[in-house]
Amino acid sequence: MSSPPTAPPSLPETAPGAEPPASGPSPARRPLAFLRNTWRGLTSMRTALVLLFLLALASLPGALLPQRSLNAQLVDQYFADYPSLAPRLDRVGAFDVFATPWFAAIYLLLMISLCGCLLPRSLEGVRAARATPVATPRNLARLPHHASATLDEEPDAVAARVRSRLGVGSRFGWRSAEATDSEGVRTVSSEKGYLRETGNLVFHISLVGLLVGIAVGKLFGYEGQVIVLANGNQFCNTSILGYDSFRPGLRVDGTDLQPFCVQIDDFTADYLPNGQPDTYRADIGYQDSTQVESGDAGIWSPYELAVNHPLRLDGARVYLTGHGYAPRFTVTWPNGEQRTGEIQWQPVDQTTLLSQGATKFERPGVADDAQRQKSSLAITGLFAPTSSGGKVVTSTYPEMRNPEVAIDVLRGDLGLDDGRGQSIFAVDQSKVDSGQLVRVARANLVPGESTTLDDGTVVRFDDVTPWVALQVSHDPGQFSVLVFAILILIGLGLSLSIKRRRFWVRLTPAGEGRTLVELGGLARTDQAGYGEEFDRLRADLLDPKSDDKKDG
Amino acid sequence: MPVDPMLSAYSDLVFKAAVAVYTIAMLMHAVEYVLARTTAPVPALAGASAEGEVGGTLTATPPDGERAVPAGGRTRSDRFGGMAVSLTVLGVLLHVGAIVLRGLAVGRWPLGNMYEFASAIGLAAVVTWLVVLRRTPSIRRVGAFVLPPVLILLYLAGTVLYAQAAPVVPALQSYWLIIHVTTVTIASGLFLVAGFASIAYLLRRSGKLSGFTAKLPSVEALDRLAYRISAVAFPLYTFAVIAGAIWAEAAWGRFWGWDPKETVAFIAWVVYAAYLHARATAGWRTTGAAWINVLGFATVMFNLFFINMVVAGLHSYAGL
Ligand code: HEM
Repeated sequence: MSSPPTAPPSLPETAPGAEPPASGPSPARRPLAFLRNTWRGLTSMRTALVLLFLLALASLPGALLPQRSLNAQLVDQYFADYPSLAPRLDRVGAFDVFATPWFAAIYLLLMISLCGCLLPRSLEGVRAARATPVATPRNLARLPHHASATLDEEPDAVAARVRSRLGVGSRFGWRSAEATDSEGVRTVSSEKGYLRETGNLVFHISLVGLLVGIAVGKLFGYEGQVIVLANGNQFCNTSILGYDSFRPGLRVDGTDLQPFCVQIDDFTADYLPNGQPDTYRADIGYQDSTQVESGDAGIWSPYELAVNHPLRLDGARVYLTGHGYAPRFTVTWPNGEQRTGEIQWQPVDQTTLLSQGATKFERPGVADDAQRQKSSLAITGLFAPTSSGGKVVTSTYPEMRNPEVAIDVLRGDLGLDDGRGQSIFAVDQSKVDSGQLVRVARANLVPGESTTLDDGTVVRFDDVTPWVALQVSHDPGQFSVLVFAILILIGLGLSLSIKRRRFWVRLTPAGEGRTLVELGGLARTDQAGYGEEFDRLRADLLDPKSDDKKDG
Repeated sequence: MPVDPMLSAYSDLVFKAAVAVYTIAMLMHAVEYVLARTTAPVPALAGASAEGEVGGTLTATPPDGERAVPAGGRTRSDRFGGMAVSLTVLGVLLHVGAIVLRGLAVGRWPLGNMYEFASAIGLAAVVTWLVVLRRTPSIRRVGAFVLPPVLILLYLAGTVLYAQAAPVVPALQSYWLIIHVTTVTIASGLFLVAGFASIAYLLRRSGKLSGFTAKLPSVEALDRLAYRISAVAFPLYTFAVIAGAIWAEAAWGRFWGWDPKETVAFIAWVVYAAYLHARATAGWRTTGAAWINVLGFATVMFNLFFINMVVAGLHSYAGL
């Protein structure tokens, strides 16, 4: 705005009563003065502006660099691609931006700055809402909006018209005060749009509330992932150990989970001809914690778990986050001993669900540890739900239309007793490299087919069971975050749509029943748009008979 | 839901027609602009309301030249401007038709991939422009600034971003798609117009290219235009982000996870909050605020193009 007169009379960054001391403070008061100045600096609008920018800038690496919290593999890839740059970025937390101290510092400073603005402002707002409108300025013609005319009416009549036009006394009208000076000059000062401040306060307070809600979630929430076979298998939320991965909140030790159970009865996925998924659906049953605790086992409430349709139970939510296939193999050793293994394989291509994995067997009935270790078996390879056929098996479609596995059978020491954790999707490659695990067969099998090893052991590919990936989440702060988000929106709407504005009228008797009427207007906040309203007021008050006459 | 290839083909055809009509409208605006006379640089608009409120006073002719216009008649520039606006309205009708046909062809809300999204942002921008124009007809010449970015957007939509009509993946099958994506689309369209109003403001104010910018409305009118649109768009954008968070809670298992798209939405939100604050901060009210507004629009576009096309995230299934 290039016209200075329209600037609000008191700029918001001027803290009330914040005149700098005229003389230097005494030595004892210097630290105090320093603190006060720091506080003032921190709670100024300009500082808030700078902090807002810093916050935006600080978030940017979070969008441009891979983040561990989202995808640790991409971070590893980045380290491989930029071996010299990545460690340096890592040292400043560029791969965990939103968990770094400097990110926290910026938003905490912003919050302090915000509260520092808020308290004085809210007190001021309360006072202003009670106070009578500011007295009429001496020279109304110097205001950004002004007009005057001499009307053929008594001052009393004009005053009455002003009062009714401004809706004085009505809840939705202007707040007004009238005064008459010794020379019989009357003034009406009025103000409107107090709700703007209220909206502003609601907005800023809710912002703090929102952050508190988020913090509660980070402290007391948790999130766990688990894969469950969709053939009536169950999962109970009783302990962290049941999960494949678990991310506890800072104050969660896993002893106090909501002990509900789910049972995955069936899973169906529909696909379009091009392989794009159309619907995912798991038919499940569940028992809430009271049912589980009362030992009411056996009664399962049915539920259809789907994407966008989580199960909400005991303050936790259960999501369907993925699916895949678990091929089932039966191994028959020469002595007639038989074992069946069924474990999830991992999709390596999301569009065709070509999967890879490792199904591991220890030979039963072998007492000697060393002997047993040497005779373990692993079936590794690829599974194609719709096989391309031919020697090299790939998958052409994600649905099970023509399932086939292409497997290597390995025999030897799987390293399961080494005490090291190993992937359920692969064998320990070091055992293969060291020759402790040897390939003894390679075959492509469709369900029902089998292959026979050199020692007469038979490996049969029986069938395939779908599995689902579930996520269980608990966030006790979530609801308050939603409430504050809605309040933020309401506050924003009020503070951006309502204008705080003042309107003054001076009525000077001009003799012979005539009155000089002077009007003045000032928008206290952003001035865009007071003009039209002022013009209407002027037309109604100065030109009552021809209010259709437009401003020229 | 099977796709109707016939309706889809008609939709594509009507979309092209809309782009063609907008292009002609833009050329008309260009002619209007060339033929127009220069407005008074600063609103020395005698007789206008004290604030210089945009109104009948900021017409193509400076107030003191009013008598030069034949009574009841219009200048040649005005005639071209009028044609430009009529064509823009026609373009909007075609554009709406294209989007509706696309929705009918796929039997779902037509905001499921980047082509549909970019096209709808363009529509939102043009409609915003027409609404603004209806309220303050005097700024018509700004059309020469508003239509080119819209056309660039639509051109990119129809080429680089184009996607065959198809159903959407399960995660997008939710009524939240309608709520979240529609509001974010409208907000983006509003931000586009506001951003270019700020660019016009900065150009005009800097005095650079003055031969070219002198025919724009006054800096006050441009600034107010930018502010008013942003003040509508920001709450809408806030709503869209909140709706996105509610949806994410149902679809992805958490309401906020710093996914790249979420992160940049947050950045854009912070930038627009800074814009509104800058307008209340001494020393930032004018040029500073306008630059921040332009930065905000750039951030929104960055989120649309760069994050969708280059950075992989959960939002990526919006598809190319
Ligand atoms: C993320 C942080 C923040 C956001 C998104 C935000 C947003 C807003 C919005 C939208 C407005 C209304 C602007 C207008 O009047 O047109 C506003 C006003 C205001 N904000 Fe903030 N704010 C934030 C932080 C702060 C902080 C930290 C402070 C104090 C240091 C602050 C002080 C104010 C003041 C004083 C106003 C009133 C300005 C006026 O008179 O119009 N805000 N804020």
